[in-house]
Amino acid sequence: MKVRDIIRLLDAELLVEGNYLDMDVHSACGSDLMSDVMAFVKENVLLLTGLINPQVVRTAEMMDIKVIVFVRGKHPGQSVLDLAMEKGITVLKTNHPMFIACGKLYSAGVTGRGV
Amino acid sequence: MDINSIRLHYEIPGDDFTIAGEASSNVKKMLNQLGIAPDIVKKTSIAMYEAEINAVIHAGGGEANIEITGEKITIVIKDNGPGIPDVELAMQEGYSTASDYVRELGFGAGMGLPNIKRYSDKLDIQTEVGKGTVVTIVVNIN
Ligand SMILES: Nc1ncnc2c1ncn2[C@@H]1O[C@H](COP(=O)(O)OP(=O)(O)OP(=O)(O)O)[C@@H](O)[C@H]1O
Ligand SMILES: [Mg+2]
Repeated sequence: MKVRDIIRLLDAELLVEGNYLDMDVHSACGSDLMSDVMAFVKENVLLLTGLINPQVVRTAEMMDIKVIVFVRGKHPGQSVLDLAMEKGITVLKTNHPMFIACGKLYSAGVTGRGV
Repeated sequence: MDINSIRLHYEIPGDDFTIAGEASSNVKKMLNQLGIAPDIVKKTSIAMYEAEINAVIHAGGGEANIEITGEKITIVIKDNGPGIPDVELAMQEGYSTASDYVRELGFGAGMGLPNIKRYSDKLDIQTEVGKGTVVTIVVNIN
């Protein structure tokens, strides 16, 4: 499923376009623990998180994670978005809570393990 | 000294956790520019980032020295923090003394040192309580 389709699926708002709107997403990882995210590496993972501090973008950068979805309607500060922009990372925001957002993705066929 | 080696030095400020990661970010950029294989770059970046974050959250900052040769990348993160009383314990997954504030930011899972070990080819920790810690990470290029 392409990132631009995920925007519709999650009723999401596009906060940073980045370079990956047309990337195919097969697996995802939902976590509020960045060290856990870093424990295992998978390719083309989409990261869903309820955290909105700059270290989320830093973690994505180090892990080569190309798409971040902020859940539960959380809106990060401009410095976070600027950092994502600088790295070309695509950033979405959805009002759905973590469980629902993950469930919608899974039901739509994004069934690969993110970690 | 290898004449073909590249050396980098960064200060790691200890006052603001939210901006931590600059040094690792710069090293990642440099490794990519050098054309090093993406999986090696990723391993190195994650290992260094975890060590950099540790220097910030556990030791009030420090410095990073990096040497890149044709064979390997060596990262030395040095701080003058409190030191690690029991390294074996600190190496265990899940062991953490991180503050609530750090946990709220998504760190303090006790996964950092195990992650560094997982992603590096060599990890050495020299530490003295009350003096500081030197973490040396080696990632082989081939
Ligand atoms: N540079 C350091 N100075 C002092 N203590 C350290 C240092 N690095 C690690 N430690 C100690 O070792 C423990 C384990 O470190 P580790 O990186 O594995 O986990 P963490 O930093 O607590 O959490 P996480 O890395 O998952 O965010 C820390 O909680 C801390 O007590
Ligand atoms: Mg750590």
